[in-house]
Amino acid sequence: MTGIPASLRKPAACGLAIFLVFTARGACHADLHQTIRLAQRKVVKIYGAGGLRGMEAYQTGILISDAGHVLTTLSYVLDTNDLVVMLDDGRKWQAEFVGSDPVRELAVLQIPVEGQPLPHFDLHQSVKADEGQRVLALSNLYGIATGDEPVSVLQGVVTAIAPLDARRGAHQANYRDTVYVLDAYANNPGASGGALVDWQGRLIGVLGKELRSRVTGTWLNYALPAEKIVTSVDDVLAGRELDSLQDERLPPERALSTEALGFMLVPNVLPRTPPYIDTVRPHSPADEAGLRPDDLVVFVAEEPTASCRALVDALARYEFEEEVRLLVLREGALVEFRLRTAATAPDDDR
Amino acid sequence: MIRLATYTWCCAAMLAASGVRAQLQPADAVLQAERQRIEAIDRASAATLAVFDAGGQGGGSGVVISPDGFALTNFHVTAPCGPAMKCGLPNGVLYDAVIVGIDPVGDVALIQLLGRDDFPHAQFGDSDAVAVGDWVFVAGNPFLLANDFQPSVSYGMVSGVRRYQYPAGTLLEYTECIQTDAAINPGNSGGPLFDAEGRLIGVNGRGSFEKRGRVNVGVGYAISINQIKRFLAHLKSGRIVDHATLGAIVSTAEDGRVLVDDILGDCDAYRRGLRYGDEIIQFAGREITSSNALKNALGVFPRGWIVPLSYRREGETFDTYVRLMGVHDQSQLYDLVQQEAKKPAKPPQGDKPKDEDNPQRKRRQLALPRKKSKLPEVVAARYESRRGYANYWYNREKQQELWEHYRSVSALENVGYRWNIQGRLPGGRSFELEQTASESFLRLPYGNFRVSFRGELDGQLSPPGSGGLLLAVHLWQRLLDKGLAKFGEVVYLGQLPLYPGGRRADCLVGTYAGMETHFLFSIDTSDLVGIDVFPAEHLDPCELRFSDFGELAGRRLPRRWKVVHGTTVFAELEIDAWEFE
Repeated sequence: MTGIPASLRKPAACGLAIFLVFTARGACHADLHQTIRLAQRKVVKIYGAGGLRGMEAYQTGILISDAGHVLTTLSYVLDTNDLVVMLDDGRKWQAEFVGSDPVRELAVLQIPVEGQPLPHFDLHQSVKADEGQRVLALSNLYGIATGDEPVSVLQGVVTAIAPLDARRGAHQANYRDTVYVLDAYANNPGASGGALVDWQGRLIGVLGKELRSRVTGTWLNYALPAEKIVTSVDDVLAGRELDSLQDERLPPERALSTEALGFMLVPNVLPRTPPYIDTVRPHSPADEAGLRPDDLVVFVAEEPTASCRALVDALARYEFEEEVRLLVLREGALVEFRLRTAATAPDDDR
Repeated sequence: MIRLATYTWCCAAMLAASGVRAQLQPADAVLQAERQRIEAIDRASAATLAVFDAGGQGGGSGVVISPDGFALTNFHVTAPCGPAMKCGLPNGVLYDAVIVGIDPVGDVALIQLLGRDDFPHAQFGDSDAVAVGDWVFVAGNPFLLANDFQPSVSYGMVSGVRRYQYPAGTLLEYTECIQTDAAINPGNSGGPLFDAEGRLIGVNGRGSFEKRGRVNVGVGYAISINQIKRFLAHLKSGRIVDHATLGAIVSTAEDGRVLVDDILGDCDAYRRGLRYGDEIIQFAGREITSSNALKNALGVFPRGWIVPLSYRREGETFDTYVRLMGVHDQSQLYDLVQQEAKKPAKPPQGDKPKDEDNPQRKRRQLALPRKKSKLPEVVAARYESRRGYANYWYNREKQQELWEHYRSVSALENVGYRWNIQGRLPGGRSFELEQTASESFLRLPYGNFRVSFRGELDGQLSPPGSGGLLLAVHLWQRLLDKGLAKFGEVVYLGQLPLYPGGRRADCLVGTYAGMETHFLFSIDTSDLVGIDVFPAEHLDPCELRFSDFGELAGRRLPRRWKVVHGTTVFAELEIDAWEFE
């Protein structure tokens, strides 16, 4: 087939693959149930921090060793001392944080299993998928499964293998390498850290965090290929240091402002006017969150706001609809508020 | 352009030369699988409905389940419609339909399409046999796309079974439901979920969406058809049907046991011995491993259903049957339903097309009461409004049907109140029952018992330990003498299981002198197979079970009686002679 570009060869190969899958389906049907059941046992529910609007306090993970290692995504959910990993059979443990890879946004946890070794995926035995291949996505999306209920299974096809070009709010996703793009709605809330497997139940990838396409703004359904994470996970398990990436922010499409949140600052008359709130518009997000005149805003998330200018700039780096965390000094005490404008994200208007 | 054409030609030539093209001709097995799938979808689609309100607006989906036009949909689809709706079938015809019965907690409504007796209908499947990984398809009218009522079909996989989705308040609770990634969108509400062979396994009602907007994101839920099968006879009664609760609150302890935290003193579970601190082991044949599991298992039963329960106390296991109480106080439920009907349709998770919320629709809903007089004639002929009912017409019909069947098989007309019944107890010792309009006399080997029907009836529970055997016979006589119209208030309840065995029986509930009496009729023979008298809410009923039907005194009568009170068999009687005076 020399001389024929790869892009033209693919349809034939792809058609052949589908044909083989279809003929195999009848015979393999009973096995598919078995395959799914075995794979579900290697997927765990993780419960941790969160629970506020738009921030689920749960996600998914996969067992990757018989010593109780759990691979999941690095997220705010893990940001607690009370991190619980629950197995397929309902058994649960407090999990220890072992280490993380900030680029791939993965974390390894460990649970103190005793007795029978747990069924688990071996990252070194994982396989690559082709475009057009049928796959299964296993996760606890929406936290549907509780206790000893098995995680959810969605089916679909690898529609593309392409570099990830995505954002979360105003942040560019750290990971830029290739991912499996899926036609199943695999990356719903709570799904990240779930398993992407083939019809033989072999691990192909790990479901990533909720991200939108940087170009179209639509939610992406994708998985990090297992082959792209195996070395990194080995490093974490071996205790080797990983480089952290700086968080690249893109200018927001529509910036957040004090006006949008519903408060006005005192007149900016000094070079560094302290950002005291002057007025709060009734029924605005600020009002509903509980901000009051004379509150001094000292932080926007982790960023100190020493002046009115600094506060305005800090907010301007947020997307209009993004939730923002303000730390306020009120009567000698620090109080935290979470605000979000009433307007919703573009795709929620449908 | 020339380069591309050359490449294409090259490619085609290569394919032909290497014989790949020949291999792309699918194997027979593949073509056959495809044919089977098309047939299943054709068959299933024929029974799939588009449901609109009487004005042809709004709507959802539904599925016909019998040739006489009974069809299932969601309560949240019919709630804003009032008694009449229009239903489109894939043959392109729009039929009038009338509301029959509703289950607001389970989000199910039964309607009847009118105008044919040969409607294409779906075959029931077995949703208990549905497993994760099964292929399924959804049919319906998402986004109200089909102007010709040809349903849209989406194929997918079962993602989870026995899922639980929280109610809105106390209504619209989805328990033991089927989760699928086949697309369930606004407008699919009330439509069917079919297995790969085209058998009906669920009724689609909601999905998980959250911040992703109101379109499918791979997570839809269907009410399992086995739950609906249990409610079906209740729905055909035209009533507003309630779900069941145990009357006890449970929680999962640290060690994983499910323990009773609190229990009502007047519920049946309490009378069966369940107490604070007891461990629930099994409920309705299901292992109970968490308090959620119990909530899930409970949700699929109608109020008044009887289920097996096993619990453990201090190492000892107790197996019993429990008559489940209602989730709601009856009038509370009726009020909730009226509120739902006034609300613009807002199903759980907002699974409704956006255009249903527009102001025009709201105006139309406010105008509903005035539209009552404008019901289509065929609907008006089958609709009767009454508090507690979605449509009282169906209840009256079922009452009369049962009653007429019973009277014709039993030949029990003009039998009066003077009965003399003689027979034997196990062991051969004899008994005699003399019944008159004003009193009853029972001679048993160990004593004689007399009750009077002149005063308050609910205290006349003799013989002690029977729960009211003589009273039960009196109430039976009263029903035979007075008929449906004059007995007191009579309602067709639906079907209830009789234990042991779990066979279902049609149930007429008569209320007289402040007491409820269940008259239970065999589905197969129309014989009266049981009478349960409930003298008071906090007391166990007297359960009279009849069998061995045969001819006595020229009538068809039961020759074996079994009297049960609580879980104790009070007496087993064999009848030798029966006289009417």
